Formats: sequence, structure tokens, C-alpha cells
Amino acid sequence: MSAETTTPATETVSLYDVDNPAPVIAPPRARTKKTPKSTRTNFELYGWLFMRLSGVVLVVLVLGHLLIQLVLDGGVSKIGFAFVAGRWASPFWQAWDLVMLWLAMLHGANGLRTVINDYAERPKTRFWLKNLLYAATVFTVLLGTLVIFTFDPNIR
Amino acid sequence: MPAGTLYRGREGMWSWVAHRVTGVLIFFFLFVHVLDTALVRVSPEAYDEVVATYKTPLVNVMEYGLVAAILFHALNGLRVIAVDFWSKGARYQKQMLWSVVTIWLVLMAGAFYPVLQHTLRTLFGS
Repeated sequence: MSAETTTPATETVSLYDVDNPAPVIAPPRARTKKTPKSTRTNFELYGWLFMRLSGVVLVVLVLGHLLIQLVLDGGVSKIGFAFVAGRWASPFWQAWDLVMLWLAMLHGANGLRTVINDYAERPKTRFWLKNLLYAATVFTVLLGTLVIFTFDPNIR
Repeated sequence: MPAGTLYRGREGMWSWVAHRVTGVLIFFFLFVHVLDTALVRVSPEAYDEVVATYKTPLVNVMEYGLVAAILFHALNGLRVIAVDFWSKGARYQKQMLWSVVTIWLVLMAGAFYPVLQHTLRTLFGS
């Protein structure tokens, strides 16, 4: 969040007005009966930071990917096994796709984890939805990694 | 407006809602996309067959929708980073959202023909 504070002597513009009232929320680290223990790690801080750092990298990787696959050179028309083989002949594009796969999956999984935490109110539902999410994420990342590393242009 | 709610409407809330919705949609597509790409390890025919569905008019239009979702999520994500790390970010969040929407509209107009050309050529001839 912004560290900016309004100092009455020099600054008369408030961050909040009728259109944009200050939110009234409980202190985020307040302990309740349901959450009596304080958290022991900074996992959520690192998750928050990861979303922003991976986000910046993904803007480049994913928009570049879309440009190549869906915009340049006939759009989707050209895509096929031969096109994939041509691109993965280069270690550069293999690395591009590998980094994009890992960052996008982890970024997406962490995003969905947040969404599940927000909307699944029953602890059991939350638990199972997140386990399903983690299983699908591990499976997809490993499958994608395997495919990039074992790709064989002469499979047939 | 109920007391104590975080939902305050306007640019701040709706951009957050759109960021969530597009994020979830993109994640589900990514899951499917890794699975379809994995078919290159089965056979060239299996891969080309599933890619053929990506070239049908309906799915081609959905690809334009995917581009729309990703472009919004990318541009608004940069806005979120600016809100978090730029000292004046929170104050200019509305202006930044309208900048995001403007850039998004320009890029979507530019992407219209390139992304949909396969369908346009198939349906209306070259």
C-alpha cells in the first residue's frame, strides 16, 4: 500500500471522499477464537511479492506468446505439429515456454488459492478445493515440463 | 450499502472483480492448454486433430475472448503493481484504470483482424 500520508499543513486533499470512503475493516492480524495462533511464517508476504514479480515477467512472456501464436504469420492458421517442432528446435523457445509454464501455473494456482479462501466458507470445502487445486497444479506443471524436455520431432 | 462491507463499487471494486474473473478464466484455459499441447508426445496426428478445433469459428472467437481476458489482466496487473509500489498509486488508481481500459480497447481493435483472420477468411473468402 501507499506510504503516503496527508499532512494538514501542506496537503488539503484527502485520499478519501464521498465517492471513495475509507474502508472499515478489522485489523488483519487480530486474533480471534477461530485464529488464536499468530502465523509463524511470512508465507503470505512472499506470495504477495511473487504475484507481482511473476506478473511483470508473465506480461512479457505471455503477450509474446500470444503475438507469435495468434497474431503474427496468419494467426492460428499456421499452428500444427510442424510449427511446434520448428519452435522447440531452439533451446531459447524451450526455455521461454518452460519458464512461462512454471510462472503461469504458480501465479494462477496462488490466485485460485486466494479465490477459494475468499469464497469457500466451510473449512472442509476449503480444504478439499485447495487439495484439488494443488494436485491439478502439480500434475499440470510436471506434465508440461516432461513434454518440453522429452519432445521428439521424429516421433513418427 | 451494508455496514462493514469491503464492497464499495465504482472503479476500484469493479476492476478487482474483473481481475478475478479474468484470472480464473485464464487459469482454466492454461490447464486445458497444457493438456492439449501434451498430445505432441502422443502423435502428430493427435495434436493436429485437437488443434483443428482451435481453428473452428466458435473456438476462434473464444481465442479473441482469451486475448481480451489476458490483455485486461496484464494491464490491470501493472496498475495493481503501481498502486502498491508507487507512492501516488492509490490516488491515481481511477485514472490508471481508465488508461488501462483505453489501451485495452486500442490493442483489442488491433488484434481483431490478426486473431480472427482464420475465421474471416474461411467464412468470407480471401
